[in-house]
Amino acid sequence: MLRYLLRRTLVLALSLVVAGLVLFVLLRLLPGDPAAALLSVGADEAQIAAAREQVGSDLPIGQQLLRFLGDLARFDLGKSFVSGSPVLPEIAKRLAVTVPLTLAAFLLALALAVPLGILAAVKANRWTGAALSGLSQLGLAVPVFWIGILLVWIVAVEWRLLPASGFPAKGWADPAAATRGLVLPVVTIALVMGASLLRYVRSATLDVLGADYLRNARAMGSSFSQALLRHGLRNGAAPVISILGIELASTLLGAVVVERVFALPGLGSMLLLGIQQRDYPSVQGVLLVSTLLVLLIGFLADILQRLIDPRLRGADEGEAA
Amino acid sequence: MSHETLAPPAMRTLFGIGLLALTLSVAPSALLAETDPAAVLRIGSLYEPQNLDNTAGAGQGINEAFNDNVYEALFRLTDAGTVEPVLAASHEVSEDGLTHTFTLKDGVTFHSGDPLTAADVKYSIERVVAEASKSSRKRSLANIAGIETPDDKTVVVTLTSKSISLPYNLSYVWVVNDAAGDITAKEDGTGPYRLEDWARGTALSLTTFDGYWGEKPANGGAVFSYFSEAAALNNALLTDAVDIITSVQSPDALSMFADTSAFTIAEGKSTTKQLLAWNDRVAPFDNVKVRKALARAVDDKKLLEAIWGDRGTLIGSFVPPTDPWYVDLTGVDPYDPESAKALLAEAGLADGFTFTLDTPNYDPHPITAEFVKAELAKIGVTVNINIITPNEWYEKIYQKHDFQATLQEHVNHRDIVFYGNPDFYWGYNNPEVTKLIEEAEASDTEAQQTEKLTEANRIIAEDAASNWFFLYPQIVVSTVKVTGYPVNGLNAQFFLRGIQKAS
Repeated sequence: MLRYLLRRTLVLALSLVVAGLVLFVLLRLLPGDPAAALLSVGADEAQIAAAREQVGSDLPIGQQLLRFLGDLARFDLGKSFVSGSPVLPEIAKRLAVTVPLTLAAFLLALALAVPLGILAAVKANRWTGAALSGLSQLGLAVPVFWIGILLVWIVAVEWRLLPASGFPAKGWADPAAATRGLVLPVVTIALVMGASLLRYVRSATLDVLGADYLRNARAMGSSFSQALLRHGLRNGAAPVISILGIELASTLLGAVVVERVFALPGLGSMLLLGIQQRDYPSVQGVLLVSTLLVLLIGFLADILQRLIDPRLRGADEGEAA
Repeated sequence: MSHETLAPPAMRTLFGIGLLALTLSVAPSALLAETDPAAVLRIGSLYEPQNLDNTAGAGQGINEAFNDNVYEALFRLTDAGTVEPVLAASHEVSEDGLTHTFTLKDGVTFHSGDPLTAADVKYSIERVVAEASKSSRKRSLANIAGIETPDDKTVVVTLTSKSISLPYNLSYVWVVNDAAGDITAKEDGTGPYRLEDWARGTALSLTTFDGYWGEKPANGGAVFSYFSEAAALNNALLTDAVDIITSVQSPDALSMFADTSAFTIAEGKSTTKQLLAWNDRVAPFDNVKVRKALARAVDDKKLLEAIWGDRGTLIGSFVPPTDPWYVDLTGVDPYDPESAKALLAEAGLADGFTFTLDTPNYDPHPITAEFVKAELAKIGVTVNINIITPNEWYEKIYQKHDFQATLQEHVNHRDIVFYGNPDFYWGYNNPEVTKLIEEAEASDTEAQQTEKLTEANRIIAEDAASNWFFLYPQIVVSTVKVTGYPVNGLNAQFFLRGIQKAS
């Protein structure tokens, strides 16, 4: 396991470097000079040259790369072209919205999907199973923003239970208001995410239900639910965890739609704004940080899978030997 | 030397129009309610500033939040469209019109506590015309040859050519403390409000400035909350999370606020004009008869109704009612398909013709294009709609003038001057208009300027230089608790000081 951990960490570090390089190249392949973002319409040659010097797009590509890597090593993501403020603190502030939003939605989705998914599998041939399958299908088909708008209309506008949108200007310094602001967005994401997770849990459970070890456990006197909880859950979890990692990662930036509907100052909306304004340092910063997060989530999912499933650990050792 | 001493700013006239519009629509019960002078206004807006410096590409949101609230200027463009003095106590113009001497008001201090001096004004003007400045007003101040400060209270601006619009142009120049340094994330102005807090992506709050030289505001401050979705903004007003929305962009939303016991819908006059610009350089659009025929073939009223319901204003030329040289010219080429056909026949195009209409890909242009296509088909003219992005528009049309006809919205106030520039993208070239517009700028009095520009306005309408469809409505919606806000939103400004909130 330790060897695997070392190897996996190395892969993580390498992936980060490669991702950084790809990002650097992609941003420079985009048409248009980033310096243009600094200029007003009708700028003259001298102004363009000054802007290029400021942005660094006048340097040869190799030097730009060195500068980029040097800045990265010092955790310096530069300053926004548009606002002139450093990018990293801005990202940190936005993570304070996006991370709680994503994690809470994820946990709620799990809390909904695991019991309901198992139920849907166990009762696959009854009306409950069919109904749950149908519901999850519906959850997948309905766009997330529509659920958001509907929730806002019912819960905020009609019932006046929660704010329709927004995040307090003071952020988490006002924890009650911040929490209230996140409830509807969390539920919105959780419903959509839960619907797709439910389907994975259901199919993983269906696989487990037909497995020999479950029959053996029952033959040795376990009740059906005991056998399912003790053996089935653990066996069924491994494939679901890798899906969970992917879902979590895609929600980090995928929350942008929900952020817009609820006027939340999250990471996704920062990326969107940065792209619209050709604010390269912001775009680059958000992409780097989110890449880091996604890789970390993948890393954690892999480790978790191995902790749960000894067969995978064995496979690693065998491979290494 | 002609000399005029300026009266102190009259706040009542400044908000006169806003109050008038409101008294017509606000329920009587709300007027009886006690107002709370310490109330903090909660304002919802779609225009978050990118930074706090109007010469650093901050966007229109900074004008909304800061103009006349945090920063004042020598002059103010009022909501009614007139220009009045603010920090200038007097303004003298030399005989040749090239030297303008401004005396500053006494007892004005910046939020930092520094007193206002002539050096601050010089610094502030130079900031706008500086090489690195991204101010859209840079060009209009390009004829400034020099700025001198003979003493702390006097600013002397010399020009290379006469400019009656100088006070107007200076109304866009914030007076900033020359010791303030970088103001992209902080401020140091002389206005009745100072910046309390700015949470990027969320809100910007202003509180009253105790050392303000003028009358105290009617409220205790304001919080601007920023939204990227109009629907979220509307919900915020519906759920009492904000008191007022500075600009409603879609008529569909207004039905939510139909309850007049809870909400006030105030419609002002915007300066945003939708027009169809012909390339007046190319046939057949170089022929006045053809342009007039096409203008008469489109039912502007029906188009406005299709897009804005019963809101918005029809215009007969490029000039909106808040420009001093406005006259109603909607009668010049009224909707009349029969006379349109006759004019086309006179121009030798009895069988019609075909042209390409370059249409920006965002609302309301594509709808307008379809409407124009259907209308012109009735007089035998075929329109090919070519949808383009804003970048393509800028390059193909604005820079290269490579087009036959295009749709566009022009947002600026006092922008008839574009018709005096034969090199402008639409290529309208009437030496008489060019001369009138040049002479207007060199006028000695505003009356003279207004006379010349009114004349130019009439001529461009008679020439059907472009096809002007309508003026967008400027809609502000609030709860009935707040009153006294500006409704026209000229230059995206949103004056806070007169707004009252019932307790």
